[in-house]
Amino acid sequence: MPIHTCHILSHERLSGDVYRLKFVSEPICRGAQPGQFVHIRADVQSDPLLPRPFSIHDIDREVMGVEILFQVVGSGTRILSSKRKGESIEVLGPLGRGFGVDHERRISVLVAGGIGLAPFPFLIKRLRESGHSVFVLAGWKTVEEIVGLERIESSGASVDVATEDGRRGSCGTVTKLLNTRLRAGDFGSESEIGLYACGPGAMLATVAHMARQYNVPCQVSLEERMACGVGACYGCAVLAADRENACPEYKLVCKDGPVFDMNEVCLK
Amino acid sequence: MSVDLSVKVSAIRLRNPVLVASGTFGYGEEYADHIDVRKLGGIVTKSISLHPRPGNPPPRIAETPCGMLNAIGLANVGVHRFIEEKLPFLRSLDVPIIVNIACSTVSEYAEVAAILSECDGLAGIEINISCPNVEREGMAFGSDPSTAHTVVAAVRQATHLPVIAKLTPNVTDIVTIAQSVVDAGADAISLINTLVGMSIDINSRRPKLANITGGLSGPAIRPVALALVWKIVRLGTVPVIGVGGITTTEDALEFFIAGATAIQIGTGNFVDPRTPLRIIEELKTFLEEEGLESISELIGSLTIEP
Repeated sequence: MPIHTCHILSHERLSGDVYRLKFVSEPICRGAQPGQFVHIRADVQSDPLLPRPFSIHDIDREVMGVEILFQVVGSGTRILSSKRKGESIEVLGPLGRGFGVDHERRISVLVAGGIGLAPFPFLIKRLRESGHSVFVLAGWKTVEEIVGLERIESSGASVDVATEDGRRGSCGTVTKLLNTRLRAGDFGSESEIGLYACGPGAMLATVAHMARQYNVPCQVSLEERMACGVGACYGCAVLAADRENACPEYKLVCKDGPVFDMNEVCLK
Repeated sequence: MSVDLSVKVSAIRLRNPVLVASGTFGYGEEYADHIDVRKLGGIVTKSISLHPRPGNPPPRIAETPCGMLNAIGLANVGVHRFIEEKLPFLRSLDVPIIVNIACSTVSEYAEVAAILSECDGLAGIEINISCPNVEREGMAFGSDPSTAHTVVAAVRQATHLPVIAKLTPNVTDIVTIAQSVVDAGADAISLINTLVGMSIDINSRRPKLANITGGLSGPAIRPVALALVWKIVRLGTVPVIGVGGITTTEDALEFFIAGATAIQIGTGNFVDPRTPLRIIEELKTFLEEEGLESISELIGSLTIEP
């Protein structure tokens, strides 16, 4: 799909530096899979130069709306955060490989760390359409950082929160919560469970470790700095999982991912 | 009547003078879903080496003011897999294909050039001489006139295809390098490759690139590229292909006026994949508005006298 100019339908600040932006794109609405991303240029100036990748947060078919959930982390996201309803942005997408829905495993457990929650509303929709039971475990450092949760709560998924400051939900990390739930068999039979995770690298590594321990498959959504977004520049490399040979091998987050099976990449 | 955008870079005939630069367009297929790649003046492939190269550990890129640093590490599939897996698609496009080659020894350069010469449907070879020479303590081939000469001469001997030497700006005197690659038989010169740069994360106090330094590209380097293109054009030896931070038609026009026979779009593809096609269209409009019939009337039309 070529790059296209998209109108902003709504743009709200959800908390301190987290925003939810909705723009119109029929091709993305029709063609996107959960876990895929869009490459957005908020401004046509030379600085910042490159588009920024955002995972697709949710899709609203009634208005052909596409949503992203993002945190301001630098100049690109700061400029995007200043865009208003009615203005337009340049969008390339949908890009990359999204989550695969495993029809053999109908209990889906989604694990999110902080803003890693972003791709899950769209995924939950798809999983529920396919008749899956969906559990979401979402973790934040502090209760103040919790954002975007209402969308998950109204999605029909069963939601569990963990905060490291212990002021909401379980006290501790989301991976600790996952371990507790898996050990207690709260989700059902392990042979029915599929794990989907998005969040910081260390969290993904821990989730993958548990997935192996409990013998359940796990897909992880990765993030890396990108230039082209289409697999041409080889900038967003991630080390592939250890192979027989000594020579390192890399995968591209933009093209081979951003969603990988945990066994495809080195998580750390 | 329509204006004539065609140019000849030595023996390479181009329908229009806008190519895409090595390392910014993969093997062509990556952009095929996003733009009509058949409309490009030519495609310069990712650097190809004799054996596959995995590339550098991440992070490989960092954004800088009006530009970006990269240290991809010449990741590529190697010449044999290139021919088997990538060339059939490129050949199907009916667009001039120039294969960029990057090696670590002189004999490897010659070997890759010889292997490519056996293939049908290639328009030329572009030599990346900015690579470290493992036989000379990793010094870039292109940073010394004699090693630059040796590499280009070896490739020249190994192939009948037109040979383009891509020069690095990280040298004290680019004119002597240009002269030596022309003496060695280069049919054309493309410049500039990236400028060596560095960026540091002040919080972690670590370099932003795992490789510590990388190559700077994008609009930030455009005036440097333009000055060096003009310098080499003035030698009056071989056709020059201008590369470096071109993202708009105005940028492209500056290079043509300075005397570039063709240009390459590099980082501009990342900014907006439509960049090269937009420039091709807008060049036509500009020439029409100026009352010119062909791009060749514009090339080298720089006026210096007051």
